[in-house]
Amino acid sequence: MTAVMGTRLAPVPVTVAGPVTQVRVVRAEWTKLRALRSTWWCGLAAVVLIVGLGAAIAGSGTAYHVSAADSAAKGISAALLGVLFAQLVLGVIGVLAFSGEYGTGMIRATLAAVPARLPVLWAKLIVLAGLVLPVTLLCAVADFFIATALESARGGSVISLTDPGVLRTVAGSSLYLTVVVVIALALGALLRRTAAGLSVFAAVFFVIPIVVGALPHTITGFAPYLPSNAGGTLWGNPLTTTQALSPWTGFAVLCGYAVVLTGLAAWRLRRRDA
Amino acid sequence: MIEVEGLTKRYGDKTAVDGLSFVVEPGVVTGFLGPNGAGKSTTMRVIAGLDRPDSGTVRVNGKHYPYAAAPMAELGILLDARSVHPGLSARNNLLALARTAGIGRRRVDEVIELAGLGEVTGTRAGGFSLGMGQRLGVAAALLGQPQTVVLDEPVNGLDPDGVRWIRLLLKSLAAEGRTVFVSSHLMSEMAQTATQLVVLGRGRLITESSVQDFVDQAAAGAVLVRTPDTARLGQVLAAPGVTVTSDGTDLLRVSGATAEQIGTAAWRAHLPVYELTPAHASLEEAFMQVTQDSVEYHAGATR
Repeated sequence: MTAVMGTRLAPVPVTVAGPVTQVRVVRAEWTKLRALRSTWWCGLAAVVLIVGLGAAIAGSGTAYHVSAADSAAKGISAALLGVLFAQLVLGVIGVLAFSGEYGTGMIRATLAAVPARLPVLWAKLIVLAGLVLPVTLLCAVADFFIATALESARGGSVISLTDPGVLRTVAGSSLYLTVVVVIALALGALLRRTAAGLSVFAAVFFVIPIVVGALPHTITGFAPYLPSNAGGTLWGNPLTTTQALSPWTGFAVLCGYAVVLTGLAAWRLRRRDA
Repeated sequence: MIEVEGLTKRYGDKTAVDGLSFVVEPGVVTGFLGPNGAGKSTTMRVIAGLDRPDSGTVRVNGKHYPYAAAPMAELGILLDARSVHPGLSARNNLLALARTAGIGRRRVDEVIELAGLGEVTGTRAGGFSLGMGQRLGVAAALLGQPQTVVLDEPVNGLDPDGVRWIRLLLKSLAAEGRTVFVSSHLMSEMAQTATQLVVLGRGRLITESSVQDFVDQAAAGAVLVRTPDTARLGQVLAAPGVTVTSDGTDLLRVSGATAEQIGTAAWRAHLPVYELTPAHASLEEAFMQVTQDSVEYHAGATR
């Protein structure tokens, strides 16, 4: 032992590695997200679902006429039906962001490189939201123009972005999807397994709302507070029959779920062994 | 430098590491030995801050690793299980890690070449063989030119060329003044690479010494004697504290007596001796002997 002490070799070796910063971790996460095929496939599917389904709806059936019962915003909500399905494929990207790393073991390399851990969660959140928000907003806007052009060409009412609630509906669908992806990310971080994360996500955003919608109204007082129903008020989710919450209140409730789940994910990420 | 002090880590009811303390010095290659389940991988995970110890402390280069400002400059680690994303190419796996420390593409290309992955940089890591995955893991550990390198079973799955590469690499890292801590089950390889040892059994430290001392201790006193009349030499040598074992050939293994004593005794008894060799145990023999004892000792002590 003493002999070894004597042979210690100075100087301290040079290194290329600098300090970990949040910006650097964001760049690292963007490198991963961009390079994964699942991101592109799910992204493409979301685009096709929102725009394609919207065009199909607007181009079939009877043309939409704005009336006292059928507002302009409601017509746009109908054309945004694809959001219901797009949320599922975008949820896959969200869940996989963490569960994919736990499943493959990459999380160990990631967390060894960023031992403070939380910057990884924030970086994934920033990168995902930064990707989903603009992409879905473009989709929603494209969907709006295609759907309204098709409707008016078929003799339906001419709907413009300035009609009451229309802009909120279009932008709201994108805001909704962005927060939903954040919830999916948190579920992936909490559950760590892709299958578990996707099951819970699909149950919360797809199965439960449908089941609850079919139940007698006397026992579904909580229905407006389900994440999909609460957030759905912002863009007029066609599945939401009872809109007890106002659009922005509903959206705030959805954001509340995202904040709580992200908080739990942060706590678990910090506390538990990787 | 790695300083482990009173480290205990439990997973549920199972105590993986129990009150472990040792120091890994810079400038030399330190081998980390122990039977399967001795707690080597657990210790390495705790060093990297991936698992949180139940008690005790671990310092890497004098600091608590999870709070290091530039973690990749402090520690590079290869864990036993794969820790790469199969959906990402070798290059993107490395690039994603490099970005967290502001390491540029040039260094990424450098470690790719160093690890011999030049021809598969664009291939998704999911299609890699065990050896290729291992090379990628080592490349990741070296990415930040860390002051301390911890490698769990780096030669696992490597071809002879790869094994030689790791051997030379570890030595050159140590020569640069870095701390090199490496586990392996290949004792012959460890004997060629490491100069210091930390030996673990059932989550506890068995010994912390130089490879030389470790081997010498294990072999203490054993001498090999070749003679045509093994039975008689056995009688001649019989004394308290001397054990003579025969494998049925003309070779005896004598412990408790020196080569000089044996030679003199044989000469007095007019017995021919064809060979008289102080036995040098291999690292493998020493390891087997020491860990065997430890396992028995612990089994006895807990009942």
